[in-house]
Parts: sequence; C-alpha cells; structure tokens
Amino acid sequence: MIELEGLTKRYGDKLAVDGLTCTVRPGMVTGFLGPNGAGKSTTMRMMLDLDNPTSGTVRIDGRHYRQLHNPLRTVGALLDAKAIHGGRSAYNHLLCLAQSNGIDAVRVREVLDVVGLTPVARKRAKGFSLGMGQRLGIAAALLGDPQILMFDEPVNGLDPEGIHWIRNLMKSLAAQGRTVFVSSHLMSEMALTAEHLIVIGQGRLLADTSMSEFIAQNSRSFVRMRSPEGERLRDVLSGAGITAVPAADGALEVHGEDAEHLGELAARHRITLHELSPQRASLEEAFMRLTAGAVEYHAHPNHQARPPEAGWGADWQKKGS
Amino acid sequence: MTAPTPMPQQQPYWPGTAGPDGYVSPIPVREATLGDAVKAEWTKIRSLRSTMWTLGVMLVVVIGVGTLVAVVLAARASGTADRTSSALDLGFIGVLLGMLPVLTLGVLTLSSEYGTGLIRTTLTACPSRTRVLAAKAIVYFALTFVTTLVANTLVALIDQAALGGHTDYRDTAMDWLRATAGVSLYLSLLGLLALGIGGMLRHSAGAISTVLGLVLLPLILAMFLGSFRSLAAKLVEYSVPAQLSGFYPAANGPGGPGAGISLLIAAVLTAASLAGAHALMSRRDA
Ligand SMILES: Nc1ncnc2c1ncn2[C@@H]1O[C@H](COP(=O)(O)OP(=O)(O)OP(=O)(O)O)[C@@H](O)[C@H]1O
Ligand SMILES: [Mg+2]
Repeated sequence: MIELEGLTKRYGDKLAVDGLTCTVRPGMVTGFLGPNGAGKSTTMRMMLDLDNPTSGTVRIDGRHYRQLHNPLRTVGALLDAKAIHGGRSAYNHLLCLAQSNGIDAVRVREVLDVVGLTPVARKRAKGFSLGMGQRLGIAAALLGDPQILMFDEPVNGLDPEGIHWIRNLMKSLAAQGRTVFVSSHLMSEMALTAEHLIVIGQGRLLADTSMSEFIAQNSRSFVRMRSPEGERLRDVLSGAGITAVPAADGALEVHGEDAEHLGELAARHRITLHELSPQRASLEEAFMRLTAGAVEYHAHPNHQARPPEAGWGADWQKKGS
Repeated sequence: MTAPTPMPQQQPYWPGTAGPDGYVSPIPVREATLGDAVKAEWTKIRSLRSTMWTLGVMLVVVIGVGTLVAVVLAARASGTADRTSSALDLGFIGVLLGMLPVLTLGVLTLSSEYGTGLIRTTLTACPSRTRVLAAKAIVYFALTFVTTLVANTLVALIDQAALGGHTDYRDTAMDWLRATAGVSLYLSLLGLLALGIGGMLRHSAGAISTVLGLVLLPLILAMFLGSFRSLAAKLVEYSVPAQLSGFYPAANGPGGPGAGISLLIAAVLTAASLAGAHALMSRRDA
C-alpha cells in the first residue's frame, strides 16, 4: 500500500506536483494517467525518495522509503530503462543490485529468464534495443520479489508480444495480492489492465476512481441520426423535448435517448432516415475530455495561434459536438 | 546482437502466497548491511572494462617509466652517476604520470553514475546516501591502494636492482615505506578526493578538469607570480607534484613539506571533499 499525502513538488517556479493525496491499494493494478508533463514521473521519483518533496509525504506500508531495510524486497520499480551503465552486462547490472539487498545470485538468472533476456545476459547493455532495455528494467523491478511494483510507462518500446506479456504479468502480479502501480498516457491500454484509476493533470488530482465507474461515467453514448430532411427531423426532436447537436458532416447527435425510441419517433412523423446508429465515445476521448483543461503541451497541426485555454481537448470538444 | 527469445511463461512461477495483507514472498529476507553495499560496488567496479583499462594504464605507466629510467641510467651509470641520490627516487616520474588515471578513475566512480542515470537505480536499491558513498569510497580506496602498492613496490625493487650498486646512498626502512606504501596511500587519498569532487559536480568531464586544475594550477600560478617570490615558492612547495616528490629519499626537486604533513593535508582535504559530496547527495534530487 502506498499513501500519498499532500505531495507537492516545485521546480523553480514550476509546480510539477500539486497537493496530491491518494492511496494505491494492494491486490489490483492501479493505473496512473495524465498527459505529458502532468507530473507522473516526478510523483514516482518522490515515492522512491529520489526527489525530495517540496511538501507532503509518501508512506510505503506505513514507512518512509528511506526507512526500508531491504528496499528491493519491498518495492520494485522501473522508472527509466536508460538508467543503466552501458558498459556493464545485463547479468552484472542485476547482480550488483541483488548483492546490495542481500538477494541470492540465483534470483538474477530467474528474472533474466522471466523477461527473456537469458541469451544476451552476458552482453553489454550498450547494445540493447529500447525494448530489451525495458525488459532489463522490468527484470530489475522483479528482482526482490517485492510486494509493491511501480512501472513508469512500461510498454514504451515493447513489441506487440511484449505488450501482451507485460499486461498479463501486471495482472498476475496483482492477482497474487501485490500492489501494482503503472503510469501511462493511454487510457485504452489502462482499460485492459487497470482496475483502479488515478488521473492527474498539471500535477493536480483529477480523478481517483475504479475503472468500471470511470467507464460508466465517462464513455458517453449517443445516437447518430442522418436524414435528407434534417431541418424537419430537428424540429420533431425538439418538439419531443430532445436536443440534437449537429455534427460536422451534417448528421445529428442525440444524447441520452436510445436508438429504438428515436427510430420510432422518426417513423411516426414519416421522416426518412439514412442513418440511425448508436455510438460510444472511446475511453481515450473521455480521458482527453477529463484532462482537457490540464493539457500543457499542445500540438498545433494547423499552426494557428490560439488562446492558451483552448487547446487539444477543446478541439476535441468542438469536433465531437 | 541476437534478439531476445519470446517471453517464455504466462504464469509467473514464484511460489509466493497472497496473504491477508497482500503478497508474501517465499524468499527469506535479511536486513541489508554496509557489507552488502560494498559487495555490490565491488561487482560494479570490476565489471567495467573502463576500470580495467584505467588501472592497466596506471600499472603500465608507473612500472614502464620506472623501469625505463632505471635501464637508461644504468647503461651510462659508470662515470657520471650522482652518487648522493637514492635509486628509489627514480620511481617519481612514473608515479607523476600514473597519478592521472588514478584520479580519473576516482572521479568516474561516482560521476559516471550521474552521467548515465544509474544513480537512480543505485539509490532505489540503497536509499541511504551515506551507505552508498561509504561503499564506493571503501571499494575504490582498497582497489587503488592495492594496485598502486603493487606498482610502486615493483618499481622500487627494479630500480634498486638496476642502480643500487651505483650510489652511495643507503636507503632506510622508512625510505622504502614512504616510497611504496606512503606514495600509494597519498595517491589513493587524492583519488578519494577526486571521487568526492565527482559526486559534487556530477559531471565527469567537468570534475576531471577541476581535479587536474587543483593538481596543476599552483605550479602554473607560481610562474606568473614572479614579483611575489615567497608566495610563489609556497605555491610550488604545496603543489601536488612537489608534495609527491617529498616521499622519495633525495629527489632533487623543489621538495614538499614532507611525507607526513602531505598525508595529513591530503586526508583533511579528502574528508572535506567526501563530506561535501555527502551533504549534496543527501540534499539534492538524484
Ligand atoms: N528535474 C526537473 N527540473 C525542472 N523541471 C522538471 C524536472 N523534472 C520534471 N520537471 C517538470 O515537471 C513537470 C512534470 O514532469 P514529469 O516528467 O513528472 O511529467 P510526466 O507526467 O511524467 O510526463 P510524461 O508523460 O511526458 O512522461 C514538467 O513540466 C517538467 O518539465
Ligand atoms: Mg514521465
């Protein structure tokens, strides 16, 4: 169990993490989401006592990280796969970590085997691909068979098979009763693995909820209707007290009504329909909507200068409505 | 490079159990100690080719130059040899050059971890900054002291064998001790000082330049201080090369303050440097 209390980190005048209070519980995968620069990596560094919080505390099973006698036996973390010395072999890299925590060298071979790096164990890490480096980082996290696991964007650089593997690994680790805390930008990725969600934007907590609740609340469903008699359809709908929002291609989007009801309504008024389709906004869109106000680093594909508050998320809202 | 084999098992095979308070590992736990950290640092330092290269260069330079000087002098020793100096003095030039790889290794021992980002992994495994710094200092010091002692002792024996008969100077046991163990201790202390500077600056190239500056700057400054003769003389006397020459029985150099005082100065500066590195490691973000 990891407890954050009012965790805050300021770099100069930049508030990277802002009063974060939440709990990461054992026995499940907790997804940690946020757009680029939201403060996910900074939060994880503070959890491991690498960065000193400006204020607030982190407790790992009730204790401060520096008070752990065998940190690797309690917490396994993959923060940055590049945090290795390229001149050292995968085996020796893991061996020195194991020795520092009094872990038997047998365990090094075990974890190399688990991540599939045994054939290159004696090769210098300098020559490793991104995905191989990531696997080495995962091996280091598993080394102490810890109760808590922390992964910062673990699928980064992995091939589809590796992604599939790490999803299953995280789920089975959580099923064994471990605390699994994993950061990502991808809501769709989290939807497949995480049971609980913590969403941050610009360092502030935006959501702390179970995955199923998040899906229920955020994946808006709506019905798309297209008709050659668009104006009349709108009048009929508004006559029935239903608001329809015109979409970009001339279709209408109706929220909060089911397709059967809308179809019957149109039929009663003898309106020809070319389309009547129930739609579900993707989780990715729900995530973007949630973090819309908190996205800092926007891409501007059409090079238009915009006011700062109308960014990527706002774009989506325009397109989607 | 061969590609890694596909992920073998879907089921993790750890036989741990899901207890009431979460996962319980079957692997026995014992509290990690400074000894464990030392073992880890020893694995780190010995598993890098750069360590082998640096110490190899040191051995070649110290032993090679020491032998070469002895051979050249022995060949023309018959008439012109200075019969008042000791054969041990001939080790000095090699050590002066061999000092550079020793200092470089000292800097790199800590700064390279910051350069690669490995320090974050290291501190995750061992969050006590005190323990990490102590383990690194112990391993570096022991390794450097032993290798420089081997090199200095070999050179002393070679020089004595080649030229001992051509001089009237009779070396005492203290002369031997200073030229072997004394020099090795002095070099290892300077290396630890460099390690501390590497930890404070965190940047390998910058820290190596700083250390070289500390070694050479007093001599260079002295050259430009013609009008302040007494200050210039002090700068020369307390420069590292001059202090190092003070470990040899009758070297004809400027002479330092003497081996004992030199070791004391080095020990104090090293302690200050390590204390500085410790303070900054504890306070700053990794
Ligand atoms: N060492 C540092 N010095 C100054 N600013 C920093 C430092 N580390 C992070 N920041 C700033 O803090 C903010 C949060 O960064 P962080 O890396 O935690 O974000 P993130 O959520 O991990 O982003 P990403 O998804 O891109 O990995 C960013 O604006 C970043 O510029
Ligand atoms: Mg990050």
